Amino acid sequence: MPLKTLVFWLGLVGVCAGGPAASETAITITYLKQEVERPPVLSNLDAIPEDEGWRGAEIGLQDNATTGKFLGQTWSLQERIVPVGGDLLAAGRESAAQTRFLIIDAPREGLLALADLAELEDALLFNVAAEEPDLRDEACRANVLHTAASLTMRSDALMQFLAQRRWSDLAMVTGPHASDMAFAEALRGSARKFGLKIKGEKEWRFDANMRRAASAEVPLFTQELPDHDVLLAADEIGDFARYLPYNTWDPVLLAGSEGLRPLGWSHVMEQWGAVQLQNRFEDHAGRNMRSKDYAAWAALRALGEAVTRTASDDPSVLRAYMLSDEFELAAFKGRPLSFRSWNGQLRQPIPVVHPGAVVAVAPLEGFLHPTSELDTLGLDAPQSRCTAFSE
Amino acid sequence: MKRLLSTLSCLALLAALPATASEIWVTNEHDDTISVIDIDTLEVVRTIETGERPRGITFSKDYSVVYVCASDSDTVQVIDPETGEILHDLPSGEDPEQFVLHPDNRHLYIANEDDAITTVVDTVERKVIAQIDVGIEPEGMAVSPDGKIAITTSETTNMAHWIDTETHQLFANTLVDARPRHAEFAKEGSELWVSSEIGGTVTVFAVADQAPLAKISFEIKGVHQDNIQPVGFEFSEDGKTAFVALGPSNHVAAVNTETYEVEDYILVGRRVWHMAFSPDHTMLFTTNGVSGDVTVIDVASRTPVKTIKVGRFPWGAAVRP
Repeated sequence: MPLKTLVFWLGLVGVCAGGPAASETAITITYLKQEVERPPVLSNLDAIPEDEGWRGAEIGLQDNATTGKFLGQTWSLQERIVPVGGDLLAAGRESAAQTRFLIIDAPREGLLALADLAELEDALLFNVAAEEPDLRDEACRANVLHTAASLTMRSDALMQFLAQRRWSDLAMVTGPHASDMAFAEALRGSARKFGLKIKGEKEWRFDANMRRAASAEVPLFTQELPDHDVLLAADEIGDFARYLPYNTWDPVLLAGSEGLRPLGWSHVMEQWGAVQLQNRFEDHAGRNMRSKDYAAWAALRALGEAVTRTASDDPSVLRAYMLSDEFELAAFKGRPLSFRSWNGQLRQPIPVVHPGAVVAVAPLEGFLHPTSELDTLGLDAPQSRCTAFSE
Repeated sequence: MKRLLSTLSCLALLAALPATASEIWVTNEHDDTISVIDIDTLEVVRTIETGERPRGITFSKDYSVVYVCASDSDTVQVIDPETGEILHDLPSGEDPEQFVLHPDNRHLYIANEDDAITTVVDTVERKVIAQIDVGIEPEGMAVSPDGKIAITTSETTNMAHWIDTETHQLFANTLVDARPRHAEFAKEGSELWVSSEIGGTVTVFAVADQAPLAKISFEIKGVHQDNIQPVGFEFSEDGKTAFVALGPSNHVAAVNTETYEVEDYILVGRRVWHMAFSPDHTMLFTTNGVSGDVTVIDVASRTPVKTIKVGRFPWGAAVRP
C-alpha cells in the first residue's frame, strides 16, 4: 500500500497575540483514496490526472500550515491509496488508529462503508469525490461532510442559467454508465424545478469509433429529437459527448457534460482572487486545478478555519463549529461558504463554464431563497430526508 | 533680506510652472494603464501606460514621483507624474499587489501576494533590504504615523501581521474575519482598522496591546449580506468619518469613528474597491472595478455627484495635489 507522507513542521516563528489558538495543536489528516477502474473512452485527449484531489489537499495543507505557524499549530497529511480490488475498510481501520480526520476520495459505496466503521464513528470524514444526491439525503451520515458539490447542485446551476436565458426547450442524450444516468436524472429533476422542458431523450448506443464516424452518425442521430434550443449531454465519463458539437442536425448549443458545464471548480475561474489559488496550484502540481482538487482544498481549509477559530482539535467540537452559523470560509467563489446544518453539504456557488471562460456563476440573480440564495442549488432543508444531523 | 529673496525666487519658480489642477490617479488592472482625472473638470485628461496589472498606487511625500505595483510584471514602477514616463523599476519581490510608503519617504513595504512575503525596499538604493514571512496572500499594508509599526494583512490566513520596522520582525499576529483586504491606522496611530471582505466586517484594534476594540458590520436594505464585502477605506480630514467601500454591494458606508456606527450608505458603481480624497477633502473618488468607472462623492452631503468612465477594472486611487 503506497504511503506518502507530507509533514509541515513549522514552529512558533512569530510571537502570538490576540489569537485564540496560541497553544500547541497538532493535526494529522489522512487522504484515503480508493482507486477505481475507469471504462474505456473514445478519445484519450483529456486523461484524468492520477493525483486529482491529492494535489488540492496538499495546497490546502500548505495554506493551513502557513497560518498555523503563527498560532502554534502543526499540520501533517498522508496519502493512503487502496488499489482496485484492495481492502478499503482495512485501510480505513488503520487510518483510524492514526487520525480522526480523513479526506475520502472513493465512490459512494466505499464512502458509506467507511462512514459506518465503528472505528470511525467519532471521526470527521470529508467527501471530496462522490456526487450522488442520496449521500446528502436519506443516505447521509453524521460523520461525513461533503465539500464536493452534489450532482443536483451542479444540474440546478445549469438549469438556472438556461432558465435565465429563456432557453427552455431541451433535449438530452445520455450515456449508458451509472454516472451518466445519475447526472441525467439530476438534470431532469432540475429542469422540472426551474420550469424547463426536456422534450426528447435518446440513449447513446454507438460503438463505432467516433473519431472517424461522428460527422456521419451524429446528424442523423440528433435529427430524430424534437426541436430544441439546447442539447444536454449526460456523459460524465467523457466518452462520446466531445463528438456532438458542430455535428448535430440543428445548430444547437451543447450543455451538461460537454459545451456549457456546471462544475465545482474550473481553471477558467479568475474572479474573486481565484487567480491566486490557480497560480499556487499550477506552480505546485504542474497542471490545472480541477473540481476534486478544489473539494480537497476546501476540506483542508474548512478544517483549518475551524481549528484556528475554536483552538480545538476535538472532532466533535470542530464539527459543531463547522455546522454552526459562525463558520464561514473564504474560498475564491465571491461569497462565504458554509455547511448545511441539516446534511453536512458545503454550500457553494457553482460556476457554469465553457472551456475558455466562465459564463455565469450560480446562484443567479432572481433565484431567491428565504435564508441563503446558495440553497437554491441542490437539496434544500424542507425536502431533505437526512435525519443523521438532527440529533 | 536673504530670506525674502529666496521666497521671491520660489514664487518665480512656481509662476514658471504650468498651472496644473489637482488630479486623481487611478490604476486600471486589466488595461495596464493609469487614468488621470482632472479634479476641476472631473474628466480623464491623460492615460499613462504601465507594466502588467497595475494595482497599488502611491505618491512620494513630495509628489515628485509616483509608485505603482505592476503585479504581473513583478515590479514596482517609478513614474514621473509630470511626463508619465517610467523612470525606473524597483525590485519588489514577486506579484506586488499593495504597498505603503514609510513616513521616512524612503522605504516601501510591499505585499507579495503569491509568495506570502512582505518585502521592504529602499527606494533610494533601489534594493530589497528585508523580506518578512507572513500569511497566505498578503494584501493590505499600513504603516503607523510614527513609522514604528508596519501591518500586512493576509487574505487566506485571515490575520493582521504586526511588523516592527526597526527589526523587521513580527511582534504580533491577530486574527480577523475572513479575507482581510485593507488596513489603516486611525486616531494618531492609536487604532488599527482592518476590513474583512468575505467576513463582511471591519475590525478595530487598539494599537497599544493589539486587542480588538470593536467590530463593525454592515446592512443594506435589498442587498444580500453575502454581497456586502468591505475592501478599501479612507478617513475624512477631521478623522470623524470612515468611508468604507463595500465591493459588490455597490455602496460606500460612512462610519462614525467614535461610535463605530454606520451613518450612511452611498450608492456608487459596481464592485467598488478603493478610493481617494480631493486635496481639500470635499470630494471622494471611488474606483468601481466591474463598471469600469469612478464615482465622485460630495463628502459634505454624502451623495454621488458624477460618474467618470476610466479603463477596465479600475483598482487603486491616489491624489496628486
